[in-house]
Amino acid sequence: MNKVPNNKAWWLVLPMFLLVAFSAIIPLMTVVNYSLQDIFDQNTAYFVGVEWYQETLRNTRLHDSLLRQFGFSFSVLLIEIPLGIVVALMMPTRGWQASAVLILLALPLLIPWNVVGTIWQVFARGDIGLFGWTLNNLGIDYNYTSNPLDAWLTVLLMDVWHWTSLVALLCYSGLRAIPDAYYQAAKIDRASPWAVFRYIQLPRLRNVLVIGVLLRFMDSFMIYTEPFVLTGGGPGTSTTFLSQTLTQMAIGQFDIGPAAAFSLVYFLIVLLVSWLFFTTITHMEKSDNGNKHDK
Amino acid sequence: MPSALFFIGIASLLLVMTILEIRKPCVERKGWLPISTTRGDRLFIGLLSSAFLHLLFLGLTDVTLWVAFGISVVIMAALLRWG
Repeated sequence: MNKVPNNKAWWLVLPMFLLVAFSAIIPLMTVVNYSLQDIFDQNTAYFVGVEWYQETLRNTRLHDSLLRQFGFSFSVLLIEIPLGIVVALMMPTRGWQASAVLILLALPLLIPWNVVGTIWQVFARGDIGLFGWTLNNLGIDYNYTSNPLDAWLTVLLMDVWHWTSLVALLCYSGLRAIPDAYYQAAKIDRASPWAVFRYIQLPRLRNVLVIGVLLRFMDSFMIYTEPFVLTGGGPGTSTTFLSQTLTQMAIGQFDIGPAAAFSLVYFLIVLLVSWLFFTTITHMEKSDNGNKHDK
Repeated sequence: MPSALFFIGIASLLLVMTILEIRKPCVERKGWLPISTTRGDRLFIGLLSSAFLHLLFLGLTDVTLWVAFGISVVIMAALLRWG
């Protein structure tokens, strides 16, 4: 059991490590450095210690932005994951219909973020947009430029429109990987459609769902372009999410120190979430292997 | 300068871990953490939780950060030894 694996292969990682050093580690060091200083211009900087962190953590504007961000990300997950599963379950499995549906589903994924924002900006307008005009004529007072709730719902709807296909495609591939024997066994047992879903399809989808949740969480957590194009973060700050607050601080107000401190806090949150997901995935794999040995 | 010290610290930690791994390959084990972990896992958990602990102290209290640092060191030691 005490066999030492040959670790020489790790040297092959060296070129990748150098690349990552330039693209990630050195910038990270710079950010850490900025976060400890008050920077006036290229040659004038004062060391301020942890002052910026203190300010960042007690800034209500950032608290609000963080809460909004979590609310948005969880809403996205709550809608997109179940909806994606349902769509995947209803997709045709073979023939030309399957290919057609796959292509249709993949279409929104191909549209760049800023274009999605523009599409919805026009689509949701009360005067010329189909969606906004229809709602207004149905008697619903809808205006995403002045009503915070409408704006928030529009951003959410836009994200659902843009990314549910990704979850659906992931689930579809997961469903196709289930061997027919499972369904035959279920048929012999006269399992109800719900039982088939609950005990065969859902457990088999677990791996793709974890990846789907991770991707959607990360992506919605760093959402920037779509609300920026659609509402510019408004009305007020109702759709100003974390990344936009950060950009306003760093580029708009040129507060590089506080922005650096803030982005490091942001980074730590992302790191924590990624680690949680990573640990979950590796443990699932391990327990899967363990079960196989038991049987 | 302090940020340089910080990164030198992290880098040397990683280096020490690498040397330890070669000299004394670690075995995955289960301590008081709910999951079984390797030495590197425990180091990572320790570093991440100390980072959040420091932030907590900064955000909620006015005491000097050395208190948070002290607690972090204790947590880190406990994690590495019994985690």
